Amino acid sequence: MPENGYTADEMMTVAAARMIRNGAVCFVGIGLPSAAANLARLTHAPDTILIYESGTIGTKPSVLPLSIGDGELAETADAVVSLPEIFAYWLQGGRIDLGFLGAAQIDRFANINTTVIGDYYKPSTRLPGAGGAPEIAASSKEVLITLRHNKRAFVNKLDFVTSGGHMEGGDSREKMRLPGKGPTAVITDLGILTPDPVTRELTLTSVHPGISVQKAVEATAWPLKVAPQLHTTEPPTETELAVLRDLYARTARAHAGDA
Amino acid sequence: MVRDGDVVALEGFTHLIPFAAGHEIIRQGRRNLSLIRMTPDLIYDQLIGAGCASKLTFSWGGNPGVGSLHRLRDAVEQGWPQPLLVEEHAHAGMAAAYAAGAAHLPFGILRGYLGTDLPKYNSNIKFIDCPFTGERLAAVPAIRPDVTVVHAQKADRRGNVLMWGVVGIQKEAVLAARRSIVTVEEIVDRLDAPPNAVVLPSWVVGAVAEVRGGAFPSYAQGYYPRNNAFYKQWDSISRERESFQSWIERHVLGTSDFDGFKQSLLEAATHA
Repeated sequence: MPENGYTADEMMTVAAARMIRNGAVCFVGIGLPSAAANLARLTHAPDTILIYESGTIGTKPSVLPLSIGDGELAETADAVVSLPEIFAYWLQGGRIDLGFLGAAQIDRFANINTTVIGDYYKPSTRLPGAGGAPEIAASSKEVLITLRHNKRAFVNKLDFVTSGGHMEGGDSREKMRLPGKGPTAVITDLGILTPDPVTRELTLTSVHPGISVQKAVEATAWPLKVAPQLHTTEPPTETELAVLRDLYARTARAHAGDA
Repeated sequence: MVRDGDVVALEGFTHLIPFAAGHEIIRQGRRNLSLIRMTPDLIYDQLIGAGCASKLTFSWGGNPGVGSLHRLRDAVEQGWPQPLLVEEHAHAGMAAAYAAGAAHLPFGILRGYLGTDLPKYNSNIKFIDCPFTGERLAAVPAIRPDVTVVHAQKADRRGNVLMWGVVGIQKEAVLAARRSIVTVEEIVDRLDAPPNAVVLPSWVVGAVAEVRGGAFPSYAQGYYPRNNAFYKQWDSISRERESFQSWIERHVLGTSDFDGFKQSLLEAATHA
């Protein structure tokens, strides 16, 4: 833990949570996105609607789910619907403000890979695959992506595009007629990247406190562009940290279970 | 009701996964099954590792919140215990394909598979133009399993089945199948289902069997929670071929039913 009393992962989760506007309808992936979305709901965005692909709409879990369909999500939801309904009526129907995804790999145009590393038919690493992500990435009005920043994740070329971001850059996403406007920010443990308004290439626009630009550049396999007016992310507040740690502590107790 | 070479769907999206029925398929030594399931989960990791499957159709193949399905990965990466043909989708595509199967339509349609490489590797994902608006939409062939197996909370004595909570794709998977089996937590005199509940009328269900706790280590809403600790333990059990094989021989092949399986897990835990 650094001297200032929080970890890089905590900074990442807090920075991601702050991106969620109160009242936004969010379609949330499991893991880091779920932690950030619930932190937002428990701090500045109490009226945010959380939707998980298990069909749980308006869910308010007191602990983070381990799976996308934990009972806690159904018990605390406004409504629970079937899978054909959640994907067709709610996601593809254009009712989602914000899709929130994690990824194994990302490229400079915020396309993401969660399928394979290496050749598809002879992969060096077989990853879980698509799940709901391709349609979350395509149909949400806006997309946030959060993942840890290193050269194995921030790659020059994806072996497989599981979910489309800004495709080849420029207006290529619009030309391919993906309905939503695509990723608007990538939040990492080092900083925040946002797409250039014209080229759509991810640009470092904020570094977290104590992180050098050089560190972020070295953790990126492509030549990372840096915004002329680079910001420094506000460190986590005491409240943000306390709420996040409580959430993780409750979750750890709940998942210890009785196998 | 499950035969060698069948196209089989054991469904249940995180919730109500029919583990007891899956174990019985392993005990009966079924071979060359074409398995369909949106999230293969531990149940298909076990069936694949036990050599029951030659094909898998799926859309997300991980151990939720934990990591990889090691037996699935070993089959895909190394061909062990036998090569596994893979047909890979996104959830939205499989949901549309099941819904089409339930409607006995030839294909499902969705605003999906845009911007993803999946159609390059799966010839069952195609695109069509809407005849009314011209919008380009994805099409996937209907899923029509030979057998679907699901688990539910309750059935009445006539065989009407009631489920609630995360109901996933179970109803569509049963209606899409030629034959179906439903295991339930309990058989009751009266279902007392509210008018809009998810009920499978007895005449669309092939067979009902009572297996209390039959969804362990997944969960049955209102009966028992998901055993997240077991999902975490599975990571080490399944990581190596040897540890997987000794687990499946001791706890599944070495027991005669699901009660025996759970008893043997309990004994292993107390002697650990």
